[in-house]
Amino acid sequence: MRSRAVPAPLAAALLLSGCGGSTGGDPGGTLTVFAAASLTDVLTELGETLESRQPGLEVRFNFAGSSALAAQVVQGAPVDVFASADDRQMQVVTDAGLASGAEVFAANELVLAVPEGNPAGVTGPADLAREDLAVALCAPEVPCGAAAERVLAAAGVTARPDTYEEDVRAALTKVELGEVDAALVYVTDAAARPGSVDAVEVPEAGVAVNEYPVCVLDDAPNPRAAQAFVDLLLSGEGRRVLADAGFMAP
Amino acid sequence: MSRRRDGARVPAPLLVPAALGVLFLALPLVGLLVRTPWSQLGRQLAAPGVGEALRLSLVSATLATVLSLVLGVPLAWVLARSRARGRSVLRALVTVPLVLPPVVGGVALFLVLGRQGIVGSWLDDLGITIPFTTAAVVIAETFVAMPFLVISVEGALRAADTRFEDVAATLGAGRWTTFRRVTLPLVAPGVAAGAVLCWARALGEFGATITFAGNFPGTTQTMPLAVYLALQRDPDAAIVLSVLLLAVSLATLLLLRDRWLGRAAV
Repeated sequence: MRSRAVPAPLAAALLLSGCGGSTGGDPGGTLTVFAAASLTDVLTELGETLESRQPGLEVRFNFAGSSALAAQVVQGAPVDVFASADDRQMQVVTDAGLASGAEVFAANELVLAVPEGNPAGVTGPADLAREDLAVALCAPEVPCGAAAERVLAAAGVTARPDTYEEDVRAALTKVELGEVDAALVYVTDAAARPGSVDAVEVPEAGVAVNEYPVCVLDDAPNPRAAQAFVDLLLSGEGRRVLADAGFMAP
Repeated sequence: MSRRRDGARVPAPLLVPAALGVLFLALPLVGLLVRTPWSQLGRQLAAPGVGEALRLSLVSATLATVLSLVLGVPLAWVLARSRARGRSVLRALVTVPLVLPPVVGGVALFLVLGRQGIVGSWLDDLGITIPFTTAAVVIAETFVAMPFLVISVEGALRAADTRFEDVAATLGAGRWTTFRRVTLPLVAPGVAAGAVLCWARALGEFGATITFAGNFPGTTQTMPLAVYLALQRDPDAAIVLSVLLLAVSLATLLLLRDRWLGRAAV
């Protein structure tokens, strides 16, 4: 797990930068952020902003499913900041005694993603029960699947999915390719694919709002840069970038 | 393919790297076995869907191997024996699925056989849909695993002595008879080894399957998919499932070795 999380040369660089940071208080060095895949676009933008303000700083990201990231952090990956797509995976890290004081910085809810032009004429969650449609849901094991179960229960719909996807972007890809007629994904995922994916609102989405917590790890190799990154994320500027991508305020 | 079994002592310069190689391959397995929650074994194995996923894995990997044999052995012959132009291009094409990340292979299969695909859209008009079916699992596994068979068989064909074929021809055997009665028995160990590699690769296939066939219990959820999803919720369950898959595949290979394949294969 460890070698998958951070390649050896990077790990070595981190060790070096960690030493530099603790002795000289140098604001530069490397900052390593592990973040949920759905945050890819937003955090990359904020990382570039921070790099432009702190010359010498290099922000490195590892974007993946929150549960995989939490497992990597617990296995000892050298990480400064962890941003999770749900509270449960953040708890995996805090329960292991690796961090405390996680703060919620954004929220997200589900929407029906359909191929551009909505060829199957999907109007709401009830259509997910139609037998003639190809439907993708996230697997109940991953956060978007758990949210989908709650939303469908609230809508009183027994969906007939053709596949339970391993993460939200996999579900979105199948919509994008036109291989399924509808999938329940996060608002921000649908918004990330303008021109190939349309969104149909789900009135019951409010029953399963997903909150995104972030924390600085206790053993962060670069604690100053880590705090600067989290501060930027929680600032008005960070909220604006998040809102532009479709995230809701917590 | 002949081997000296008696008196072949391992030279010292080979011994150390060979031992390291064994350690490198075996230690992760040991790690898995050490972490296996043996006390929960029965409960985890009795969980709904486990038997179904195992059955689906074995059936689809076997079908993929059969399909690979039917298509791959002739392809290997063409690569090894024919003097047609463009063979090097053909050989490079065969290795494409080995190089391609399996998830990309799955997307590529969509682009051909999906509802909007080059061939798939046409099949769709005929009422045939391939994605999200067990057929899609077999296709994805065949795509990823067949090169292993083709490369093994081609190697065996190149190593085989072509004089036997020449003799058969001078004795009046036609090309097809020569292939069937002389060439094929000659390279049987290579075909068997290739089939085993192919089956093992198909059994462990994950990326192309979950992309092209999706994940639905009973129709497309094979063991590797079940393991991946179990890992999200309950790592212990994932370890138990992995050990089960490993045990079943090892048992099958050992059984086959004794029954049919001969010693060279496994």
